[in-house]
Amino acid sequence: MSAAETDVGLLRGIGLVLARELRLGFRRPDQLLQPLVFFLIVTTLFPLALSPLTSLLRAMAPGVLWVAALLSSLLSMETLFKADADDGTLEQLALSSQPLGAIVVAKTIAHWLVSGAALVAMSPLVATALSVPPRALPTMLASLALGTLTLSWLGAIGAGLTVGLRRGGVLLSLIVLPLAMPLLIFGASATDRAIGGENPAGALYFLAALCVFTTSLGPLAASAALRITLE
Amino acid sequence: MWKWFHRLASPPHLYRTAAAFAPWFAFAAALLIGYGLVDGLVFAPPDYQQGDAFRIIYVHAPSAWLSLFGYTTMAVAGAIALIWRIKVGYAVAAAAAPVGASFTLSALVTGSLWGRPMWGTYWAWDPRLTSELILLFLYFGVISLRKAFEDPNRGDRASALLGIVGFVNVPIVHFSVYWWNSLHQGGTVMRLGKPEMPGSMLWPLLAMLAGFMCFFGAVLCVRVRGEILSRERQSTWVREVVSA
Repeated sequence: MSAAETDVGLLRGIGLVLARELRLGFRRPDQLLQPLVFFLIVTTLFPLALSPLTSLLRAMAPGVLWVAALLSSLLSMETLFKADADDGTLEQLALSSQPLGAIVVAKTIAHWLVSGAALVAMSPLVATALSVPPRALPTMLASLALGTLTLSWLGAIGAGLTVGLRRGGVLLSLIVLPLAMPLLIFGASATDRAIGGENPAGALYFLAALCVFTTSLGPLAASAALRITLE
Repeated sequence: MWKWFHRLASPPHLYRTAAAFAPWFAFAAALLIGYGLVDGLVFAPPDYQQGDAFRIIYVHAPSAWLSLFGYTTMAVAGAIALIWRIKVGYAVAAAAAPVGASFTLSALVTGSLWGRPMWGTYWAWDPRLTSELILLFLYFGVISLRKAFEDPNRGDRASALLGIVGFVNVPIVHFSVYWWNSLHQGGTVMRLGKPEMPGSMLWPLLAMLAGFMCFFGAVLCVRVRGEILSRERQSTWVREVVSA
């Protein structure tokens, strides 16, 4: 590749990485589907283990949905940098003329589009199975969309820190889950309020604030983490 | 002044400085904790509401304070090491982490022992308690991330970064009682204006707080020395120190 071709500018660079990640994501449909199936199975476990009573299901639905979403996102998080780190692509990306932070942004957004957004799109199905009333669905979708994006940034930090490790998966959970607890609290309470017919705005604003906070600082922290583990 | 700080960045110098400070910290800690325990557990009047059960505050509040102070020490030392590439910062961070985690555990255990007679339960899912528990998990994450790397250098840097990221939780723990309607009572000492406590109860508490700080300082000094010795074990000065 000649020098003129490598200098593509920041936005185009982000676009190229994003397109590549999306293409790769859709070429491995099993990796895309597995976390979704996991989400489905985990949410199925609760009515079986606790009780299929509608009133009880409705009371525990927000928590079940959020915990399942958290676990399933965590499952897909490990793959964020893994394949690229294994075959050396990540090092090449880090050496490229684009800032590593921008590449992290592109990779994380692509990852969220194929995992988080897919999970959000599937959640009404699961929520209805847990007898969440239809009027609570918009709030639940909004809270999950904000939450999974925030989780993607947190996961990018965790995945960046653990990418070089052989048994990084458990450690990734240990790192990301404590940081994700505020998310769980506000996300579940927004959904819970919407189910109860109350105004969920407060909790949603908190989620949005967390999302903005992690979106602005997450890429910096994640690229710093990658620089540490890559070198 | 700056020169004094700069010289601390040298491992042998910090090793000697820590050795010089450790006994003084230990001595002060013994005095302060001794006074605080006797005055707080024996002479301070019982609380008009909580009776003698309030006396656990003399262990609980300093532990909780030290759990945050320990985390801050760890995060700041890690940040100094990452930013200015001062390697002893990692030694300080590694030395501080288990101590801070122990204080966190002690704050949680004493708090739940106190909660049983006062709140009627060992544990409540209250913002203060939950954020303190998250602090403990963050400590675990930082400690195990450091050990997960085969290359100690990378483990140091990765865990320092995680410590900085996790620092967002420290203000949450501290201000949780003001931000949310918490079951946990508000602060009585660290506040603007007059503390909400009579002197007979307050002085032993302040002594315990200062004593716990000195204890932390003493343990940190000893642990930092150990960390430096094991990190610098290839260097000649450590061989001289060990063989001497």
